[in-house]
Amino acid sequence: MASSSSSSSYSNPPCAACKFLRRKCLSGCIFAPYFPPEEPTKFANVHKIFGASNVSKLLNEILPQQREDAVNSLAYEAEARLKDPVYGCVGAISVLQRQVLQLQKELDATNADLMRYTNNEMGAYNPRRVGYGSGVGSYNPNPGYYSYGENPGHGNN
Amino acid sequence: MASSSTTSPCAACKFLRRKCLPECVFAPYFPPDQPQKFANVHKVFGASNVTKLLNELQPHQREDAVNSLAYEADMRLRDPVYGCVGVISLLQHQLRQLQMDLSCAKSELSKYQNLGLLHHHHHQGTINLAHDRHHFHHQLFPVTNQQMIRAFDGGSGYDASSLLAMNMSASIGQLGGFPQSRAAGTAADGRRTPVEPS
Repeated sequence: MASSSSSSSYSNPPCAACKFLRRKCLSGCIFAPYFPPEEPTKFANVHKIFGASNVSKLLNEILPQQREDAVNSLAYEAEARLKDPVYGCVGAISVLQRQVLQLQKELDATNADLMRYTNNEMGAYNPRRVGYGSGVGSYNPNPGYYSYGENPGHGNN
Repeated sequence: MASSSTTSPCAACKFLRRKCLPECVFAPYFPPDQPQKFANVHKVFGASNVTKLLNELQPHQREDAVNSLAYEADMRLRDPVYGCVGVISLLQHQLRQLQMDLSCAKSELSKYQNLGLLHHHHHQGTINLAHDRHHFHHQLFPVTNQQMIRAFDGGSGYDASSLLAMNMSASIGQLGGFPQSRAAGTAADGRRTPVEPS
């Protein structure tokens, strides 16, 4: 892993970020622990979508022990956005939400069938169903100014 | 309004304190009554990156692109460590749980259907099981960062990302009418069961 580089004639190889940005990879480089030189695409993608300074600001706002996960999730999102410039990883969220809703409906239907059997015998008793209740998976972002995932057909093309 | 045009400047130009020209690339998608939308997108992606992204798309794709960027930005600001990926991880987990629950419920149902009549002790078994599962899932729902960290745990975080990517490729198979642009590298074979029950 690239660590400190000094101004002496021998220095550690620059991290992928500093290589990309063509600058000296200093010992306190915020990118160095997370963008090793052997993974140049990772930084290239993140830079293209988010920009180096945005990533740097973001990393500075979170704890050091969280930064690796943050970088990896940014890298994932950047790659998803490059593969699908319109929806990025949000496309996957939409698909997953739909699948969760579909499965929830199936589960509800099966539970309803189960309850029919149990209610026949138990009368007023209302047993708990298998699984959890409604409102699953509808990850509602800030309500009001847009809704995403709730209305799959929201975009008017 | 301050500008010489008859309409007020879009949220982007207001934010950037510049004149909102008729050909402004942001104006159709960042109305002035939604200032937060642009503010978020600007903070996470930056105005010039968004411009570049939009310019690479067809006009009819831009609204969806902006809305998905706004969503990503919003998620990233709410969860600076995992952003949207945390949502994906959670949904995958929910999907697996649902599949297990469904499998369990169908199995229970088939017992009743096969046996016809039920006995009292059968009820007790079913209800306790259901209750435990119900309670467990409610504990899951308010997801903490701990939950999300666990999803990424296990050696190199990039491996976890690759794993998610694999699951995503499987999940993206069925689009169900939700419009999506050409996406290189995603599985488009219309698979209906994206996640194998563990």
